[in-house]
Amino acid sequence: MQKQKNHSSAPNITPKEYGELAKKASPPSPSFKTIPLAFLFGGSICCLGEALANLYLAMGFPEPDARGLVSITLIGTSALLTALGFYDDIAKLAGAGTLVPITGFANSVVSPALEFKSEGFIAGLGGKMFVIAGPVLVYGINAAAVYGLVLWIFG
Amino acid sequence: MERIGTDTLRFSKRPAVLSWASVVGDKESQGPLGKYFDICHPDPSLGMESWEKAESHLQTEAVEKALQKGGLEPENVQYIFAGDLLNQCISSTFGLRGLGIPFLGQYGACSTMAQTLGMASLFVESGAASCAAAVTSSHFCSAERQFRLPLEYGGQRTPTAQWTATASGCAIVTVPEKAPSSGVRIRDVCFGRITDLGIRDANNMGAAMAPAAASTLLSYLRDTQTRPQDYDLILTGDLGKVGSDLLQQLLRREGMDLSGIQNDGGLMLYHRQEQDVHAGGSGCGCSAAVLCSLVLRRLQAGELKQVLFIGTGALLSPTSTQQGETIPSIAHLVALENSRQSSL
Repeated sequence: MQKQKNHSSAPNITPKEYGELAKKASPPSPSFKTIPLAFLFGGSICCLGEALANLYLAMGFPEPDARGLVSITLIGTSALLTALGFYDDIAKLAGAGTLVPITGFANSVVSPALEFKSEGFIAGLGGKMFVIAGPVLVYGINAAAVYGLVLWIFG
Repeated sequence: MERIGTDTLRFSKRPAVLSWASVVGDKESQGPLGKYFDICHPDPSLGMESWEKAESHLQTEAVEKALQKGGLEPENVQYIFAGDLLNQCISSTFGLRGLGIPFLGQYGACSTMAQTLGMASLFVESGAASCAAAVTSSHFCSAERQFRLPLEYGGQRTPTAQWTATASGCAIVTVPEKAPSSGVRIRDVCFGRITDLGIRDANNMGAAMAPAAASTLLSYLRDTQTRPQDYDLILTGDLGKVGSDLLQQLLRREGMDLSGIQNDGGLMLYHRQEQDVHAGGSGCGCSAAVLCSLVLRRLQAGELKQVLFIGTGALLSPTSTQQGETIPSIAHLVALENSRQSSL
């Protein structure tokens, strides 16, 4: 921050003192409520994933295919709920519970695609689709490459 | 016009507010002031294909309605001062391009209503215009996509976050002789200085803006040698809950008590708890709609006699936030009075 020239009517308080005052005046997130809700919603999504895996296995899919189908089903459902406008209402309650699982990733791709459609299919939908998920892809893929390299050398 | 003290301009003509209008969205119309707005839109898109067009249309309607209420045609208005939150102020330029009124774009973030009203009254006072308009707008959906995240993104808002109002307000200022029916006069303006006490959280703009409001209010009170108790209402906009608390604390440190006198547009526009707007409303349109509905109406009726309208703006951008900068803020003050009262 640039140092300000003090004029006579400026409130008589230093940025440090004001920072403390502002912190006291700003209510924190109600974590006694948000953390249990995130746990319940996140846990439920994982249970749903397990149930789907068992269902696909029972239908005769081999294990890797069944696991893949679970991801596809969860992504598809999140995308559909986002497009229908329900996902954000659920996420408002669930918080990290819907953000952390694969459902959050699907929502972070579909929501900008919907939002920026008004700027056209190329610059809008296409260009902005990964505006939130982009960093996850960049660092996720890089981390995977590093992990693969480590595995290849020592594995 | 005379300059009093360091920052205040006192008008001798006392420009009149001839007419005003407010246009709001559905959530705003369900708030405590719902019945005072001129036009309410249940559909936030206003039937347009983009949120930006919808916001532009809010401004068009606010100006047209204010002109109609004042019995004016666009050609009777010599200047229009307008601004909004969108990049390059496109809500104003696109919304007002059809009117053919000489246009001066303004940017003061959420202080824009006070800035445009101050400029319009300054033009009328100086004789540059006999009639000038001030208008601003904001739209929840257009602001979210520019400043935050897509509407359907599943995120949580922090308790200190404020809700950008879908609203527009317009006021028409004229020389008093042209507004015999109006009882609202503009006595003083006090344009603020940029203030920054180091707040970085873009989800806590009330805290960022409270020092600017305090600074401008203290300048004005010192320049005019008045106290908060000399006013019926000190209307800030939009500090919300956190910023209002902080403003009151800052003034208390200077030995002044604002309780019962200060209210905030962001706290008046919504039922804060039931409508889930966290710390309150914000956006240029929030204080504009509150001013151009209940407050001007009560001034006109004489229920309020002396009002200080202090628009507060957080002068940040998505880029400055991403670069980790602190939030510089501004507050502009317009002193309004009922003309049938002896002035201070």
